[in-house]
Amino acid sequence: MILQANGIGSFMQYLSDNASNLLQLTLEHIVMVICGLALALLVGIPLGVLCTRSEKLASVILAAANVIQVIPSLALLAILMMFLGLGFKTIVVGLFFYSLLPIIRNTYVGLKEIDPNINQAGKGLGMNNWQLLIKVQLPLALPFLMAGFRVAAVIAIGVATLAPLIGGDGLGREIYAGLNMRNSLKIYAGAIPAALLAIVTDIVLGRLQEKWKAKHKKPTMKQDAAGQDQATMSA
Amino acid sequence: MIKFKAINKTYNDGHQVLKNLNLTINQGEITVLIGPSGCGKTTTMKLINRLITPSSGEILLQDENIANLDPIKLRRKIGYVIQNIGLFPHMTIAQNVAVVPRLLKWDKKEINAKVDELLNLVGLDPNIYRDRYPSELSGGQQQRVGVIRALAANPVLILMDEPFSALDPISREQLQDELVRLQQEIKTTIVFVTHDMDEAIKIADTIVIMKDGEIVQAGAPEQILRHPANDFVKHFIGSKRMQSVQAMQEPTVDDVMADQPAVIYPSRGLAYAVKLMESRKVDSLFVIDKNNKLLGSVSIYQILDQYKDETKLVADVMKPAPHVVLSGTSLSAALNLMNEHQLSNMPIVKQEHQFVGLITRGSVISHMTELYTSEHIGGEIHAVH
Ligand SMILES: Nc1ncnc2c1ncn2[C@@H]1O[C@H](COP(=O)(O)OP(=O)(O)OP(=O)(O)O)[C@@H](O)[C@H]1O
Ligand SMILES: [Mg+2]
Repeated sequence: MILQANGIGSFMQYLSDNASNLLQLTLEHIVMVICGLALALLVGIPLGVLCTRSEKLASVILAAANVIQVIPSLALLAILMMFLGLGFKTIVVGLFFYSLLPIIRNTYVGLKEIDPNINQAGKGLGMNNWQLLIKVQLPLALPFLMAGFRVAAVIAIGVATLAPLIGGDGLGREIYAGLNMRNSLKIYAGAIPAALLAIVTDIVLGRLQEKWKAKHKKPTMKQDAAGQDQATMSA
Repeated sequence: MIKFKAINKTYNDGHQVLKNLNLTINQGEITVLIGPSGCGKTTTMKLINRLITPSSGEILLQDENIANLDPIKLRRKIGYVIQNIGLFPHMTIAQNVAVVPRLLKWDKKEINAKVDELLNLVGLDPNIYRDRYPSELSGGQQQRVGVIRALAANPVLILMDEPFSALDPISREQLQDELVRLQQEIKTTIVFVTHDMDEAIKIADTIVIMKDGEIVQAGAPEQILRHPANDFVKHFIGSKRMQSVQAMQEPTVDDVMADQPAVIYPSRGLAYAVKLMESRKVDSLFVIDKNNKLLGSVSIYQILDQYKDETKLVADVMKPAPHVVLSGTSLSAALNLMNEHQLSNMPIVKQEHQFVGLITRGSVISHMTELYTSEHIGGEIHAVH
């Protein structure tokens, strides 16, 4: 499975011959990841907020999310398959579960990190809990949340390559086809775009995070640490 | 306007922070809470906008128990400058100032006009600062923004928790002047917390001095300076400030007198009198009866004249005191009298000839040195005359 001396040339040839198919697979890959992440945001942020309301709740929710994260991805997908059957739906739910912990945890940490004086000021000026959350707390937690989202996105792009094993699509299909046929060109044609996708996502989201951080420099010092922590865990 | 009735506050950790607090805050006045760190000033303030609930007792705002009011509505009517500024770092200065008007759904134009007006008020050019973020301002500038944020929605009451603590002395004075001027103009009620007695004296209509969760004294600055309730208040006011107040009034004999002169009962023998003079290092004693009434004085010469006669008592050798002054007499009158009669001292009495103390040349001198050792005070005295 080593690229021959003329390998680069034939690889390029393969890419251009299969461009539309590969593009299709990449799009499917992205769609799966986006659906999983969107679901995770939708559920994870409220759970993160809930965590700040009671210490007990926080330990329960975070422990549960941790357990999910620890299950090997293939095993998790297999378990989900038993309940949900094969297909797109199952892989999206799998990605959702995998992205949950970084999002919940970073929402929680981001909210916790807010200077208590700021919360006090918001309350003292007459904001109700909802206004305080929307106008003050979530915007301030955003850089942290972004760091969590970035980690979650990179994990999800990786896990999504397993999709074909439970009847999904995406770049994984090309990789597994290559493995079955012992065709290294096919493997690379799947693996390299998947890797690129992860790297580009990481860079773009990283940039975005920096931009938010720059806007108000003070309270966001620790978000990198939270992000790093997640990244090493996922590795 | 606000009445605290028998307020107690005990935090969850069992620490009792406020003890049976009774306090009235008058409409349209600046009331300053002052006291050492941890005495409960911030706690008292947060009770008013219900950030903290009392453990017992009630608070009336315009005769309504605030426990029955909607806390959100209540807070929007009350301007609040929190102790640590607490600007929202993700909002621009304009957005920070506009928080309450926006909660109250004011018109956009009206909000913008108000923001600019307030920024100008505290000397921040709207064109420069409107769109900056708090982290781009100095501590003092942030504090100004914190203050005008509390003013934005024309509150009926403003709570200010050490609002000027981060300012340099000059801008602090400026803002104090501005606050007093503004307050006289709009007649808002202001509750103001500070550590700084000068600040309190300058701006307060009423000063409330607190210690360990209790009110030690409350009253007009003038009244507190002239009649401090106890040593704690005296200490808190600072001896310099007390002296400067006393210096502005004409001093009375009471300010100057030595209040523990050597006294003796008339029934005592001469040997004892001599011994007493020796130990107190004086050459005369004042003779009083059991009710502290001044009967006269006895000098060492009168005693030595009669000393050989062992039957003689103090009563036999004493002379009545020819010149006394009443407590409350001005020092200058007393000094004139002493000069006129070539006296080295002058007893002070209350009604019924009750002996209170003694002016001596020494006591006058030590009073004067206390008063004039500080050049600062000297300056203030000149300014007054
Ligand atoms: N949430 C809390 N839980 C327990 N104790 C508290 C709490 N908040 C304040 N205290 C305690 O209550 C006391 C009074 O606090 P408060 O903040 O009212 O003091 P302060 O007079 O404003 O002091 P400073 O001048 O330092 O601001 C302090 O001893 C403080 O430690
Ligand atoms: Mg305080």
